[in-house]
Amino acid sequence: MCGIVGLFLKDERLSTALGELLAPMLLSMSERGPDSAGFAIYDDGVAGTLKITLQSSGETSPFEALAEALAGGAGCSVDATVRANHCVLTVPETAVDRVVAWIAAARPELNVTSIGRRIEIYKDTGLPGDVCDRFGLAKMRGTHAIGHTRMATESAVTTDGAHPFSTGPDQCLVHNGSLSNHNTLRRNLTHDGLHFRTDNDSEVAAAYLTWRMRQGMNLAAALDVALDDLDGFYTFVVGTETGFGVLRDPIACKPAVMAETEAYVAFGSEYRALVGLPDIQKARVWEPDPATVYFWERAA
Amino acid sequence: MQAVRVPPAQIADLSVLPLREVNAALHVQSVTPEIGHWRLVKPLGQHAIACGLDAEIEVDIDGHVGYYCAGMNQRATVRINGNAGVGLAENMMSGTVIVRGDASQAAGATGHGGLLVVEGNASARCGISMKGIDIVVGGSVGHMSAFMAQAGNLVVLGDAGEALGDSIYEARLFVRGSVKSLGADCVEKPMTTPLYAELGELLERSGFGSIDPTSFRRYGSARRLYNFHVDNVGAY
Repeated sequence: MCGIVGLFLKDERLSTALGELLAPMLLSMSERGPDSAGFAIYDDGVAGTLKITLQSSGETSPFEALAEALAGGAGCSVDATVRANHCVLTVPETAVDRVVAWIAAARPELNVTSIGRRIEIYKDTGLPGDVCDRFGLAKMRGTHAIGHTRMATESAVTTDGAHPFSTGPDQCLVHNGSLSNHNTLRRNLTHDGLHFRTDNDSEVAAAYLTWRMRQGMNLAAALDVALDDLDGFYTFVVGTETGFGVLRDPIACKPAVMAETEAYVAFGSEYRALVGLPDIQKARVWEPDPATVYFWERAA
Repeated sequence: MQAVRVPPAQIADLSVLPLREVNAALHVQSVTPEIGHWRLVKPLGQHAIACGLDAEIEVDIDGHVGYYCAGMNQRATVRINGNAGVGLAENMMSGTVIVRGDASQAAGATGHGGLLVVEGNASARCGISMKGIDIVVGGSVGHMSAFMAQAGNLVVLGDAGEALGDSIYEARLFVRGSVKSLGADCVEKPMTTPLYAELGELLERSGFGSIDPTSFRRYGSARRLYNFHVDNVGAY
């Protein structure tokens, strides 16, 4: 099964309420995915810096003194914000590779869930409501966000197997469905230099889009060619630094509902996910067509 | 002012009352008919609203509903002033279900009788395995509509998606707009004067009386699939 929610704000005045709006959307999709949940949230970036989101598979206080250790080990000053077992480092753009290399060597129990100017990804096993509370989603702000509640089929119930998956800067993907050619695709993409952290089919879809965008395509074009190359069932919601895209497989195997007002574009696996949004009674509510790319973008 | 024809409705707020209790109150009407007109407000996209009704009652639902709304309906008239999720009026036996907005996949699936009117669009697999129901869609229908349809009428005022009427048995399909493609064993068939009259009557009953029945084309079974073919009779 799995549940997907997404919210892309057109009216900046709602940005302080983004987390508060997304949390009940995720909660409403608990029955569709009770084993893990996660979300990507895009907030304003700080010029000249990138955000690295880390997730700890280790025990208590894994992030204590991390900033100091990084200052010594990677030779740069970083800002660290800890939320439960996740930590967002704000790092000078020029030092990102150095920081990532240092973490991989010195702190292998820390996993990088995303890197980008604006993206932060939080995900964990457990009921969606617990995951939202753990990370304090309701208090987060931003311009757009994508969330997922998981009922595992293609890989284990682990934090790594939870969505969203990020395989490129400021990119993320959530997936409802299952892909049947992910092993072949994974081999081909690995050959082309992409790295995979899991056996999960959805991570392959994310990496496929990253690969296409590296070739110079924008998200809409990458989603369009995905229709030819990805075999299986899928409803995808994809985020980039400035955009938000939706794609369903040609037979529309997995559900999807969208709503649009002057203030936002919203996605839900079911309409139940959208009922708490402002002015939803006046929104245009529709079911996205199969094999059709939907894409919204704001000026960077 | 015209006199009010229906008594004032019993209002049930689905954002407050448990849906199971509201559905149970509607089911009681088949045993002890007391309240003939219901208005369900704030449905919040919940699943299985007004399912399994079996009484000559009217139910208005103000807002968008989730999956399987008005499933297995008998005799009741259910009006949805909003959109409907997957499996609307699934396996309807009789009565009328009207959606003012759009319906999601598999609207009217396996329906044996009654009338389903979708004033907006219906998405994929509308009327899949229909067995006698009449379905009238004001907009367009998605792919694989009337898949394995066995009896009844599917009327589409807009366009039909890919593989219309795939593996159809004997239902009649009327489409006013374009058909993206016909499914296996589904072919265009000639219209006849009695059929125009029948279609006109169905449009009238569905609130589309102003639509000219001669503007539709008819599709149905070519009866060439294995089971229908006389050459295969020896296999039984």
